[in-house]
Amino acid sequence: MFWKVTLSLLEGFGMTCYIFIVTLAASLVLGLLIAFGTMSRFKWLRAVLKTVIWIIRGTPLMLQVMVVYYVPGFVFGVTPFGRDIWQFIAVFVSFSINYSCYFSEIYRGGIESIPKGQYEAGQVLGMTKAQIFFRVVLVQVIKRIIPPMSNEIMTLVKDTSLARVILVKEIIGKSEDFMKEGLIWPLFYSAVFYLVFVGVLTILFRLAEKKLSYFKV
Amino acid sequence: MSFLKVENYRKSFGNTEVLKGVSFELEKGQVLAIIGSSGGGKTTLLRCINFLEIPDSGRLYLNDELLFDASEIKNDNYSDNDLRMKRLHFGLVFQQFNLFPQYNVLGNVLLARRLLDKQAVKNKRKELISSGMPKSVVAEAIRTFEAELEKATNSEAVALIERVGLSDKINAYPCELSGGQCQRVAIARALALTPDVLCFDEPTSALDPELTGEVLKVIRGLKSGDRTMIVVTHEMEFARKVADKVIFIADGVIEEEGTPEEVFDFPKSEKMKNFLRSKENKEGLYGEQPSCETAE
Repeated sequence: MFWKVTLSLLEGFGMTCYIFIVTLAASLVLGLLIAFGTMSRFKWLRAVLKTVIWIIRGTPLMLQVMVVYYVPGFVFGVTPFGRDIWQFIAVFVSFSINYSCYFSEIYRGGIESIPKGQYEAGQVLGMTKAQIFFRVVLVQVIKRIIPPMSNEIMTLVKDTSLARVILVKEIIGKSEDFMKEGLIWPLFYSAVFYLVFVGVLTILFRLAEKKLSYFKV
Repeated sequence: MSFLKVENYRKSFGNTEVLKGVSFELEKGQVLAIIGSSGGGKTTLLRCINFLEIPDSGRLYLNDELLFDASEIKNDNYSDNDLRMKRLHFGLVFQQFNLFPQYNVLGNVLLARRLLDKQAVKNKRKELISSGMPKSVVAEAIRTFEAELEKATNSEAVALIERVGLSDKINAYPCELSGGQCQRVAIARALALTPDVLCFDEPTSALDPELTGEVLKVIRGLKSGDRTMIVVTHEMEFARKVADKVIFIADGVIEEEGTPEEVFDFPKSEKMKNFLRSKENKEGLYGEQPSCETAE
């Protein structure tokens, strides 16, 4: 029985990891783009993005997943790409947008905390804007945002369980199946997976911080 | 004509006019000291010369050529890249050093130079390819060109670091250095791009009094045949000893201009006399060492 549960939970955990990695990769990039947008000189773009961020951060992720998943079906009467694929696309889209909004605010805080003098030093040395950002500012931003980022990323690990609301079989969904068969302990067992995952992340972030401790900003 | 000529520079921030038509000329190899009380426009003038701020009106000539004309920028004739290329004629050492914390001493001095080298390599490749050279020959030529550039840049950087007396700190990071050492690295970093005019914005104002000496010594040591420098400073002794020319700025205009003797010993304007008097009083208050002057 234990092996059967382990295998099933591992399968669910695979889905959890999948959602986690895809969301993380997409929102790290998308978040940076949104952050640039919120700092752009175009007033309308700033206004649009601020409103989007407000809506996304102001409503539950669970609601957003449901909206993305169900609305096309209700409005157009079809679920695009078939149910299995659409499930995953809906999770991917809603999670990525949600997390990139949170990330964008962390990026923005990090970028704005870099003293103007760093940009000016780059300018008088004849560096281009891109060179200043990638060669000078970015590493300093990364160093500054590791603590808030690690918080948010650990939350994402646990938020993957919200995919269950549209019946994606991630680890909690799997353990729930066993509950229906009268087994309660797989529920606790699934917690172990989360704990190990977050534990590994904690170590990774600590290493990253250590790696960047050779300089002070 | 003179090497550097600033003509009728004006700059306002909102409703405050900070520079009200500043003009001066400087010969090649001369050191210009800009003095004046806080808020008088010294730093703004320096930033306008480096194009960190864009003057509202005025012109700048370098080496008899018109380098900048504020009326052209209003017509959007200058792109970011134009300004960047213009900036390369000038170096600037900041009051707060502004070293890049994640690079060590050598990295700070090398970074910008390396990026320019890369651009040079790119241009060279384009040039060779368009000249119809076969690809394999181009690759070979570029490789030697790149290696030579890197070697030259590296040895220049090492020499500059030695020149500012930090050879033993070449691999240290800014956070491991004292303020005076940081400022010396910043000077080496600015020199690495061989600017036509090297500017200093109150280079010792952020330093502890006992550290100003080492930085001033380095700056004094840079004075040589053809290095043109502009120093905004509160160190009157330094201005008197090192500068060939002194400008006193108050309320956005040049109140007094001339050789150090003329300006310090025979000031004409009331404002300059008052300024010198207040400086003397302060120096009296803080002790006998003139280098203790770190007001503002």
